[in-house]
Amino acid sequence: MRALRAYARSPSALVGSVILLAVLVMGVGAQWFYPADPLGLAGRPLQWPGQNPRFPLGTDPSGRDIAAQLFHGARVSLLIGFVATSISVLIGIAVGALAGFYGGAVDTALMRVTEAFQTLPNFLLLLVLVAIFGSTIETVTIAIGIVSWPPVARLTRAEFLTLRTRDFVQACRIQGLGDAHLILREVLPNALPPVIVYASVVMAVAILLESALAFLQLSDPNVPSWGNLIGLGRNVLRAEWYVSAIPGVAILLTILGVSLVGQGLNDALNPRLAGGR
Amino acid sequence: MTRLAVEGLTVRLPRGADREHAIEEVTLSVAAGEILCVVGESGSGKSVTASAVMGLLAPGLTIAAGAMALSGEDLRAKSSDAWRAIRGRRIAMVFQEPMTALNPLMTVGAQIAEMWRVHLGLDAAEASRRALAALREVNLPDPEGALRAYPHELSGGQRQRVMIAMALALEPEVLVCDEPTTALDVTTQAQVLALIKDLQRRHGTAVMFITHDFGVVAEIADRVAVMRLGRVVEEGTAREVLTNPQHDYTKALLAAVPGLHAPAPRALSPDTVLEVRGLTKTYVSRGLFRRRKPVRALDAVSVSLKRGATLAVVGESGSGKSTLARCVVGLLGADGGEIVISGAPLPKRRREAARLVQMVFQDPYASLNPRRRAGAQVAQGPIAAGTPSARARTEARDLFALVGLDPDSVDRFPHEFSGGQRQRIGIARALAMKPEVLVADEPVSALDVSVQAQVLELLRDLQRRLGLSILFITHDLRVAAQLCDEVAVMRDGVVEEAGSIGAVFADPRSAYTRSLIEAIPGRALFGT
Amino acid sequence: MRVLRLALRRLAASLPTLLLILVGMFLLLQFAPGDTVDALMAQIGGGDAAFAEEMRRFYGLDAGIAAQLWNYLMRLATLDLGFSAIYGKPVATVILERLPPTILLMAASLSFAFFFGLVLGVVAARRVNRWPDTLISTLGLIFYATPSFWFGLMAIVLFSVYLQWLPAGGFQDITQGLTGIAAVVDIARHLVLPTLTLGLIFLAIYLRIMRASMLEVLSLDFVRTARAKGLSETRVVARHVLRNAMLPMVTLIGLQAGTMLGGSVVVESVFALPGLGRLAYESVVQRDLNTLLGIVFVSALLVITINFVVDILYARLDPRISADR
Repeated sequence: MRALRAYARSPSALVGSVILLAVLVMGVGAQWFYPADPLGLAGRPLQWPGQNPRFPLGTDPSGRDIAAQLFHGARVSLLIGFVATSISVLIGIAVGALAGFYGGAVDTALMRVTEAFQTLPNFLLLLVLVAIFGSTIETVTIAIGIVSWPPVARLTRAEFLTLRTRDFVQACRIQGLGDAHLILREVLPNALPPVIVYASVVMAVAILLESALAFLQLSDPNVPSWGNLIGLGRNVLRAEWYVSAIPGVAILLTILGVSLVGQGLNDALNPRLAGGR
Repeated sequence: MTRLAVEGLTVRLPRGADREHAIEEVTLSVAAGEILCVVGESGSGKSVTASAVMGLLAPGLTIAAGAMALSGEDLRAKSSDAWRAIRGRRIAMVFQEPMTALNPLMTVGAQIAEMWRVHLGLDAAEASRRALAALREVNLPDPEGALRAYPHELSGGQRQRVMIAMALALEPEVLVCDEPTTALDVTTQAQVLALIKDLQRRHGTAVMFITHDFGVVAEIADRVAVMRLGRVVEEGTAREVLTNPQHDYTKALLAAVPGLHAPAPRALSPDTVLEVRGLTKTYVSRGLFRRRKPVRALDAVSVSLKRGATLAVVGESGSGKSTLARCVVGLLGADGGEIVISGAPLPKRRREAARLVQMVFQDPYASLNPRRRAGAQVAQGPIAAGTPSARARTEARDLFALVGLDPDSVDRFPHEFSGGQRQRIGIARALAMKPEVLVADEPVSALDVSVQAQVLELLRDLQRRLGLSILFITHDLRVAAQLCDEVAVMRDGVVEEAGSIGAVFADPRSAYTRSLIEAIPGRALFGT
Repeated sequence: MRVLRLALRRLAASLPTLLLILVGMFLLLQFAPGDTVDALMAQIGGGDAAFAEEMRRFYGLDAGIAAQLWNYLMRLATLDLGFSAIYGKPVATVILERLPPTILLMAASLSFAFFFGLVLGVVAARRVNRWPDTLISTLGLIFYATPSFWFGLMAIVLFSVYLQWLPAGGFQDITQGLTGIAAVVDIARHLVLPTLTLGLIFLAIYLRIMRASMLEVLSLDFVRTARAKGLSETRVVARHVLRNAMLPMVTLIGLQAGTMLGGSVVVESVFALPGLGRLAYESVVQRDLNTLLGIVFVSALLVITINFVVDILYARLDPRISADR
């Protein structure tokens, strides 16, 4: 309750929520605003925004409506961001919790794996995964989830390491409670706030990774994606730069919204030190 | 001659705090060559007074009224630059926490030398030479080595000596000490107090000494001011205040100071409930590329506890007393020796051990899960052991009543309770398992004196009613004397001396026990 | 001595990590449809099955997976990364040719991000909750939210197409055959936009960390001690706060070395820089898995090297880190 009030009071949370809500409305309502296939031919190619009232944001080199792609792209970005974040947060919490709680050999083994993932440039690993398993939207989403969990694991582990020696956890041990109770009921709820805040960073990174992949034309070509559109606009950059510029602004605003919400969560959940890690 | 004069000082708290003013109309003065002790419990405003005098109030605190003068010069009228030039040079401060008060990335020598470099503009070589002299004056062993050492390489007592050397570097007129010995062991505390008193005499410094401990007051104060809830309630010479207190609050505080009176010996049961035999525990950090010299925390420790009695394990930090407690409750596995409870070795399985031995922790704030209801934390142990949850909850309410809490408060969260109340919850949680042995690890050392007395009284009362057997871990001989039947004095992992508490206090056989007793502050006043 | 021992120990500890990566990548590539021979055959326009069989024997692809893995690791131990069928050269040679632009780009971006992140973070923390802080923090948020490839494209539009101040891509201007200082200046001009593009997000991250870390350190006890000593606020920050506050930032450099290398894949492709990242992209498109595996190996080595340097730096900054811990 207190946290909710603090969240509502934070101006960054407010701005962020408004932006994210707008993107959400765009994505959810895309089918309703632009019922036609956004990747189908809509009109003459490369019309500047405002040139034709039918296409307020213009058309791309293939004559497709940019506004329609923007709306449908919002859905893809949010969906990928949300699902990939859930995957990576779940893996990260599981690995971090086990490593931090049990320590010793379990910790060493799990942290070696985490380090291996972190030593490997995440975008490079993403490229390898896509090169091997193909670039349908499902594989791309799962691959992004797989490459972005190590920081979550490290953060969760660090929280568990300090919390597991706290007196209240020791008291539960002495009371004869099992490890499952200690991990799930005692330590995890106290470790979660910073992880939740960090999930916003993971989500921002996930959306950026997908758009970068799509920009390189390595993501699913059958799905309208902001990054894809920026990549297409590259060929006509010198004259018709708006094709790349418009979806870029959409990505920027979405990430901004996610970050601001994360900052608001941080202000609300960790009241002492605003700013975050 | 009055060095520091504080007149009607009022400091306002930020809005939304639990009261309007941190301190109200505080009037104090310290003369040259005099030690004024400002005594109070937590929240009395004694530390705020010290910060205000230094011009270092925390952000959000503002001076609403009053005057402060240093040797007659009005401090409040000074610009921030002028005040900075005074700070460190004419009025200096020693803080409570020696572990965190020094910059961890700078050598001790550089930090002390900074005083002369900044205030007098001396060059590095000359400043360093004087820093060495200053370290000599505070009796640091190996002052040359200390000069080049980083803070983490020194012990707490040594760091506090460094802080004192730094504070006195420029011979300030006034020295403010904010609980400078609270974080130290008794024997170290006695040495540091003697050092402060000695230096203060030689330099004629005016000292304002903040403390919560009347023992320390009795040790060094010339005059005393007692603070409560932001106001000075009583002021006078040390002798007047300590022997003939006027205000009820002062009387209550003094009455709560535990004396060194060993209680009359009780007839103890012949039955031994806890027997620790030759317990050994060595800490080594292992790893492929790391090797550290092993620390022997317990070295063949043997103690025994009679049924229905209390055994105090007394020692300073690093003595192994907490390791012993953690081994007895099964949190740590020992390397050798055995722990026998009611005739059987302590079971390895957590659930079985839980019915035999329980623990009360030191820090009332850390020992309860902030996100779960108080009653649930008491009831969860019995539920895990198989008690139906409805019955466990009813029992939790009964336990709350037993430890003097409102049974309806089982549904509250820990932050809604005071420190003393939380410690009662911790006791209720331990009792819920109906253990054979209760291990209390410094259960009152994080509490104010008056609350301390109440919790000790509760433990004594519970022992009488329930026939509890208590292993009582403490660093404070005075607290041990309040409650315990027998005592074991530990040092460096070894039991130095054990026996009935009256005998040990009256006639300590070990030189270490004797030095511990002699180091108790205010022994002359509160002692036997 | 203490610092060196510590760093060497960390280096040794990263060997299992490296092995884990290599084994993992090798096994992962077994899932890949088609192998080097398939790629090669497609390149030369096909051939019959018997020829493919012979080629597989030649490349050792007919052995069992465990044997192949063992052979692969043994060859890596002698720094033999195999042969790139696409480029017709040893993989090691291909990678070595492509390494300098990437290292230059990373060093430049890191210096840019670190320096400005530090300065802006300190300024923001000293003016916390006032307008310079608000401005810097907002800029940081925006930089963080900007996709690097998009920023690169927009920078090309502005600085290369409209203003014509800087080249739009490439590593150097080969048409003019520049030498000496002129060649260095030419390369520097080519690297300005890529450096900004790659460094932007790290600038945002560093400034945020630096600000938070400064605020944290400013609240610590020893800062109160420094103030009680009568030091000026500037000296308190310069002598006592800064070094302590930099520790988390230094840690971050090591943690994010991999992320930065990954970012250079995109940036090099935007600016047509002939670097390691672009090579990775090309080998994915051309299914040159031998080269891709080589790049993964070299990238891991690079990240481990950066972490080695960071460890030395950290240990020099913080005397509490001892060789025995």
